[in-house]
Amino acid sequence: MSARAVVVLEDGLVLDGRSVGAPGTRLGEMVFTTGMTGYQEAVTDPSYHGQILCFAAPMIGNYGAGPAHDESDAAWAQAVIMSRAGNHPGTGGPTGWCDWLIAHDRVAADDVDTRRLVRHLRDRGAMRGGVSTELSADELLARVRDHAPLDGRDLTVEAAGTARAMGTDGPRVVALDCGMKRSIANGLVRAGCRLAILPSGATADQVRALDPDGVFISNGPGDPAAVTPVIDAVRDLLGEVPIFGICMGHQLLGHALGLHTERLPFGHRGANHPVRRVDDGRVEVTVQNHGYAVVADPLPDGIQITRVSLFDQSVEGLAAPALRASSVQYHPEASPGPHDARYLFSEFVDSLGRA
Amino acid sequence: MPRRDDLHTILVLGSGPIVIGQGGEFDYSGTQGCTALRDEGYRVVLVNSNPATIMTDPATADRTYVEPLDMTAVERVIAIERPDALLPTLGGQTALNLAMDLHHHGILDRYGVELIGADAGAIHRAEDRQAFRDCVEGVGLAVPASRVVTDLADGLDAATELGFPVILRPGFTLGGEGGGVAHDDAQLRDMLQRGLDASPIGQVLVERSVLGWGEFELEVVCDHAGNAVIVCSIENIDPMGVHTGDSITVAPAMTLSDPELQALRDAALAVVRAVGVATGGANVQFALNRETGEMVVIEMNPRVSRSSALASKATGFPIAKIAARLAVGYTLDELPNDITRVTPASFEPTLDYVAVKIPRFAFEKLPGADTELTTHMKSVGEVLALGRTFAEAFGKAMSGRELDVCAYAPTDLADALTHIETATWDRIDVMLWAAGAGATAEALATHSQVDVWFCRQLVDLVDAGFPVRRPLGQIDAETLRAARRAGLTDRDIARESASSELAVGRRRRELGVTPTYHAVDTCAAEFAALTPYYYSAFETVSEVPTDDRDAIVVLGSGPNRIGQGIEFDYCCVHAVRSVSELGFAAVMINCNPETVSTDHGVSDRLYMEPVTLDAVLDICARERPRGVITQLGGQTPLRLAATLADEGIPILGTSPEAIDRAEDRGRFGAILARLGLEAPPWATAPPGGDSLAVAREVGYPVIVRPSYVLGGRAMAICDTPDDLRAYIERERPRGELLIDHFLDGALEVDVDALSDGTACWTAAVMEHVEAAGIHSGDSACVLPAQSSGPALVAELEEQTAAIALALGVVGFVNVQFAVRNGKVFVIEANPRASRTVPFVAKATGMPLVRHAVRLMLGERLEDLELPAPTPTRHIAVKEAVLPFGRFLGTDPLLGPEMRATGEVMGIAGSFPAAFAKAQRGAGAPLPSQGAVFVSTRDDDKPRAVALAQTLVRAGMRICATDGTAAALASVGVAAERVNKVSEGSPHVADLIAAGQIALVLNTPRGGGARSDGAEIRRTALRAGVPCITTIEAAEAAARAIAGAAGQAASEPVALQDLGRVETQPRLRVGAPGGSVTQHSVSG
Repeated sequence: MSARAVVVLEDGLVLDGRSVGAPGTRLGEMVFTTGMTGYQEAVTDPSYHGQILCFAAPMIGNYGAGPAHDESDAAWAQAVIMSRAGNHPGTGGPTGWCDWLIAHDRVAADDVDTRRLVRHLRDRGAMRGGVSTELSADELLARVRDHAPLDGRDLTVEAAGTARAMGTDGPRVVALDCGMKRSIANGLVRAGCRLAILPSGATADQVRALDPDGVFISNGPGDPAAVTPVIDAVRDLLGEVPIFGICMGHQLLGHALGLHTERLPFGHRGANHPVRRVDDGRVEVTVQNHGYAVVADPLPDGIQITRVSLFDQSVEGLAAPALRASSVQYHPEASPGPHDARYLFSEFVDSLGRA
Repeated sequence: MPRRDDLHTILVLGSGPIVIGQGGEFDYSGTQGCTALRDEGYRVVLVNSNPATIMTDPATADRTYVEPLDMTAVERVIAIERPDALLPTLGGQTALNLAMDLHHHGILDRYGVELIGADAGAIHRAEDRQAFRDCVEGVGLAVPASRVVTDLADGLDAATELGFPVILRPGFTLGGEGGGVAHDDAQLRDMLQRGLDASPIGQVLVERSVLGWGEFELEVVCDHAGNAVIVCSIENIDPMGVHTGDSITVAPAMTLSDPELQALRDAALAVVRAVGVATGGANVQFALNRETGEMVVIEMNPRVSRSSALASKATGFPIAKIAARLAVGYTLDELPNDITRVTPASFEPTLDYVAVKIPRFAFEKLPGADTELTTHMKSVGEVLALGRTFAEAFGKAMSGRELDVCAYAPTDLADALTHIETATWDRIDVMLWAAGAGATAEALATHSQVDVWFCRQLVDLVDAGFPVRRPLGQIDAETLRAARRAGLTDRDIARESASSELAVGRRRRELGVTPTYHAVDTCAAEFAALTPYYYSAFETVSEVPTDDRDAIVVLGSGPNRIGQGIEFDYCCVHAVRSVSELGFAAVMINCNPETVSTDHGVSDRLYMEPVTLDAVLDICARERPRGVITQLGGQTPLRLAATLADEGIPILGTSPEAIDRAEDRGRFGAILARLGLEAPPWATAPPGGDSLAVAREVGYPVIVRPSYVLGGRAMAICDTPDDLRAYIERERPRGELLIDHFLDGALEVDVDALSDGTACWTAAVMEHVEAAGIHSGDSACVLPAQSSGPALVAELEEQTAAIALALGVVGFVNVQFAVRNGKVFVIEANPRASRTVPFVAKATGMPLVRHAVRLMLGERLEDLELPAPTPTRHIAVKEAVLPFGRFLGTDPLLGPEMRATGEVMGIAGSFPAAFAKAQRGAGAPLPSQGAVFVSTRDDDKPRAVALAQTLVRAGMRICATDGTAAALASVGVAAERVNKVSEGSPHVADLIAAGQIALVLNTPRGGGARSDGAEIRRTALRAGVPCITTIEAAEAAARAIAGAAGQAASEPVALQDLGRVETQPRLRVGAPGGSVTQHSVSG
C-alpha cells in the first residue's frame, strides 16, 4: 500500500491523498491550473516558486518526463497535487512522471479530490496550504498558518538564473530574468535577436552597459509590488530603449509606468484564457499563470490598455507608445498551451530592427 | 458584429432517416440550431424526412416540412417559403450534399437564397480529395501519399505505386460509405468499383496505408472574424484503419504530450483556415506515428459532425447552437458560454474528467455481414460515459452498451491475442479477457496496435477485480470504494464476487459507499456552472444543488440500436419538457450522446450515466424522486421497472405488475382468453424438448424465437418441419422456444393508445403495408387506415381498450393485431410508448407524450379533453430505412427480425403520393420510366400479374424470367423474357448490374427461388437499384408509380398546416382489469 499524504488549506480544509512523490512536508500558496497537458513544463516554470500546484486535469503523468519538457533547470512548484498520477515512461520522455517528481524532490499527492480543492479556492480565494507525507492534518495546519504569505515577497532573485547570453545575430536584447522560462528565451532568440540575460536585481546602468536595442522583462514568482529593483531599473530605462514584458514583466512595467498591481481572487492559471486585442477585436486563446493583475484605473495619459481578459475583464496588455514600451500579462511562449500569441516575439524583435 | 438584420427566413436542412454513419447526432445539432435561430428572432423553415426526431416537432421550427431531402422537394419548399438563407451545416453530409446540388443547379441563385455557415468553395476544398490535399500541402502539412482515381485501371496502377494495403476513400460520401482497406488486387477491384459507384462525383482516393498509427481528432469552431477555438481533442483507442464512428474514443486526448497536442492544434487551425471554413464547426482528423513523430492530416469535415456532437456532450460546449449563431453574423466573443454565462464562447473548454465513447454494433441482426471493422462505418449507436479517470469512464461506458450478444470467448490466451489482431466489435472485450488471462499491456499493445497506455489501463482495470474476488459479505467499504474508483461497476464487482448487481449495490449503499455527482462545466470548476449537467464519481462531495420541486426521473433508452432508436428519445424529451411544465424538476438519465435528451438544455437535471440498475438506483437515492417514468425509453428502462419498484422507488404509470402481465406469454394468453379475444395458437417448447411436436400442434407455418433473446433476435418463420429443423440447427436455442402459429398473408395493424386504467383512448390505428410476418419496425405503415372499414377500426379500438384495461395500463399501450378474412387476432401488447409514437404525433398533430405523462401523474383521460383521433385531409406513410447497403454480403430480405436503422415519413393528399414520397425520403425513389423486373413466388403470381398491368399502363416496361413471363403473357401483359442467373449470361443480374433495370420486384419465401432470388437482390443492392421484396409493397409501389401524374397530391405539406377534423371523442370506459362496457365479448 502506498504511503498516505495529507493536503490542508489555511482555512482548515483537509483532503486525503496518496503520496506519489518524495517524502516530506511542503508549504506554500495553494494554486490550481486548468491546463490539461504540459505538467512538467508547469512544475519547472520558475513562476510557481513558493506555490503548491494543483492540477485540475483528471490524469497527470500519462506520458513520460524528460529534459525536453524542462522550462528551467529545476522543479519550482513546492509540491504537486493531482487527482490521478501516472508513471509511464515512453512517449514524451524516458522517465515516469512520479519517478521524475521523486528525482526532483517534489512532495506530491494524488487520489485527492482536486475538483473540491479547485472549487474551494475558486469560492474562497487563494490561500496558503501544505502537503505532507509525515505530519498529521492538525500539525500540518499549524505549520501552514505559520508560513509567510506570498504578498510582499520578492522571490525573483531566488528564481533567476545567472547572467548569460544566447543568439548570434540581430538586435541586442537585454532580458531582466525574474525567473524566466526557457521557452521565452528561445522564443526571443528564434525571433532573431542576440539575448543578454541579467538576473533580477540588475540596475539600469548594468543594462545600459550592454548597449541594448531593446529590453525584455521576464515572468517570475512572488508579489510584483515587492520587486522594486526591477521596477526602478525599468523606470530608469523607459523612453531610452524599447521595452517588452511578459507576465510579471508586464506587471513590473505597469509599476514603472505608475500603475499598481493587486491580487486576483484566485489567479489565472490555464491554457484556455480568451484575450481580446483592443485594436482589431481579435481573440487569442492564451496561456496564463499569474496571481496578480495590473490595475489601470485611473489610466494615466500616454498609456493604453491593449488587451483585455474575456474571463474577468482584467488588464492583459499595456502599451506606452511614446515610450516604446509594451507588455502582455499572458504567455506568448505557451509551453504548455496554444501558440496563438507567438507572433509577439517577432513583433518585438522586428520593431527593434526598425528602431 | 451582432446578428444580421438583412435575413428574415432561414431554411435548415435535416439529415433525413437514421442510417449507419448519420445518426441521432444530427437531431441533436439540428434541434439546437433551429432553436438558436428562432431565439434570435428568425423565421425557421425546416425540411427533414425523419419523423422520429425532435427536430421535426412542429414546435421546433416555424414551418416544418417532413419531405424527402431531394432537390425537387426542397426547391418547392423554397418556392413556397422564399427563405433568405440556407444553413446546410447542421444536417450532416446529406444536407451538405443537397445544398451543393441546389447551388450547382442554380436553384439558390434563382430564388435569391444565400448559403450561410458554409460557402461552396470551402465545401469543395474540404470534400474534393485533390483540392483538400492542395490545401493541406499549401500550409506545409502532409496527407498520406495518395492518388485520386476515377476508374479501375488507374486505381490498380495507384495501388502498385503506393504498395498494399491501400485505403479507399470515395469522395462526398457519408460515414466512409463505399470505402475500405484493400490488401490485394482482387479486393481492390471489388471495393474500388463499389467506391466509384458510391461517390456522387465518381472519385475515389487510393491512399497509402497508415494502419496502426494513432488517430486523433480536433473539433474546431470559428467565426467570420477569423477567431477560432479548439473545443475538444479526441483520441481514438482503435488505431488508424477503423472508422472513428466505430472506434472507442476518448476526450481529451490521453497520451499526447503538450508539444504533440499543440502541433495538432496548430495544424488543425492551419487546415481550417486554408480550406476557408466560413463560420461554425469543423472537424480535423490526424494520424500520428508515435515512433517517428510523423503526422498526416486525414480529413476534415466543414460542418457539424458526429464527432462535434460527441465533443459537445463531452465538454458542455454546444457546438451546433454556437455554429448557428455564428452563421448569422455573431463572433465567438459576442456569444456567452452556455454553462458559465459570464464567460464568452471564445475559449477552449478544459476538462477535469475523462469522456469515453464506445460504439454499439448490431451484427447479430445481419448474418453474412463482414464483421471486421474498417474505414466503412458499421456501428449503429454509441454510449458516452464520464468519469474522473479513464478507467471509471470506460467501465461505465462498457456497462451502458446493453449487449444482447456475448463477446467472442477465446479458447486460450494465444487465441485471444490472435483475435485482437483484427478490429472487431468485441476486440475490447477480448483484450480484457486476455488481460485477465495474464497478458501484459505490452503484449496487448503489440497484438492490437492499441497504444500501450490504454492497454495498461485495461490491465489495471482487470487487476482492480482481485480485491473484490471474495464473498460480498466480506468486502468492506474501503475495498468497495477503491474498486469503484478503479473503474469497476456494480455488475463487474458482482461477477468477481459471484453475487448480483443489485446485491452489490445494496451492500455498497448500506456501507455508505455512494457516488458523488459533478458538473460538466467546460472549465474544470474555474467558474460556477449554472447548467445542471452531471456525472457520477466516487469523490468526497457532490455538487448538485437542492431543488424545492419534487423530482420526476425519466429513464432514457441508452445507445441507439436496431429496434430501439431515437423515436424513444423523442418520447423522453417530450416527457422531461412536460414534467417541467407541470411544475416538477425533470431529471433525465441517459448515456446516448447522439440524442436531444442528453442536451443539457432540455431537462432540469441531466445525468450522463448508463441506464443500468446501479446508476439509476444511486441517482434515485440522491434525487428521492416522486416517481420514475420507465415506459418511454423502449425496453431498456422497462426491464428495470420491476427491480426499481422492489427497491421502493415509485414507478409512474403502468405498474411493473401490469408490465409483467403483458410480457409474460402465459399471463397475457390468459387475459386474452378471459376477454374472449383471439390470438394465433402458440406454445412453448421446453429446453431440449420436442419442438417439432409442439410446432405440429400449433400448426405450420410457425414463427419461432428463443424466449431469452431480446428485440426480436433470432426470430424466424418456418413453413415446414424441415425449416424448423434447419432453424434449430442454425440458432441452437438454449432456453425455451416460443412457437406461434404464423398467419400467412394477414394484414398487420398497430394501434397506439392511451389509458388511465379505467378508460382508453385510441391515438392511431395504423395499417402495415407489408403483411404480418415482417417486423413492424421494418414495415411501411399508413395512417389513417386505408383498407380497414369503420367497423373493423372500431373493433380494433375496442379490443385495444379491453386489453389496456385488463392489463392495467396507465399511459401508453401499443397493440399489434393481425387481420385475416375479417377476423382479428392479437399478436402482442406493449405496455410502453411504441416506435410509432412520434410518427403518430406528427401525422395527427397530437402531443401524445404530454398526455401520457399527465396520465402517469394521476390525471384522468377525461381531464385531458382529447378529441377523436384525427383523420386529416392527408395520408401519412412511414417507411423503414434498412442498412443493407452497408453490408453487401447480406440478403436484403425483410422478415420477423428487425433490421431497420431509421424511418421516414411521406405525407400527401393520397396514399400513392404519400407512399412515393416515403420511398423518395428513404433514398429509393420509384422510377417513372424504364424496366421493372418482376419475379415472385407462385402464391403471389395473380397479384403480380395485376400490378404488372398497372405498371404497363403507367408506361413502364416489364422484364421477367420464364415462369413469370408466361403468366403475364397469358393475360396479355407483354414482358421481356430474361435469363435466370442459373441459365447463364446475359442474365437478370447482369442487366441489373448494367443499370438496365429501374426497379426490382422480387418476393421470395420458401426454398426454390431463394438462391437465384438472393443473387438478384444482392446485385440490386450493389447496383443501388430499388428492390422490393413483398407483394404488398410491390402493389403499393405500382399504385404509386401509376399515381405519379397526380402532382398536386405531392405538394410539400407543412406540419403546422395539418388541419384536424374534430369529431366525437372516442373514450372507451370500463372497470379496471375488467371488461369494457362498449365492448361485446365475442364467443
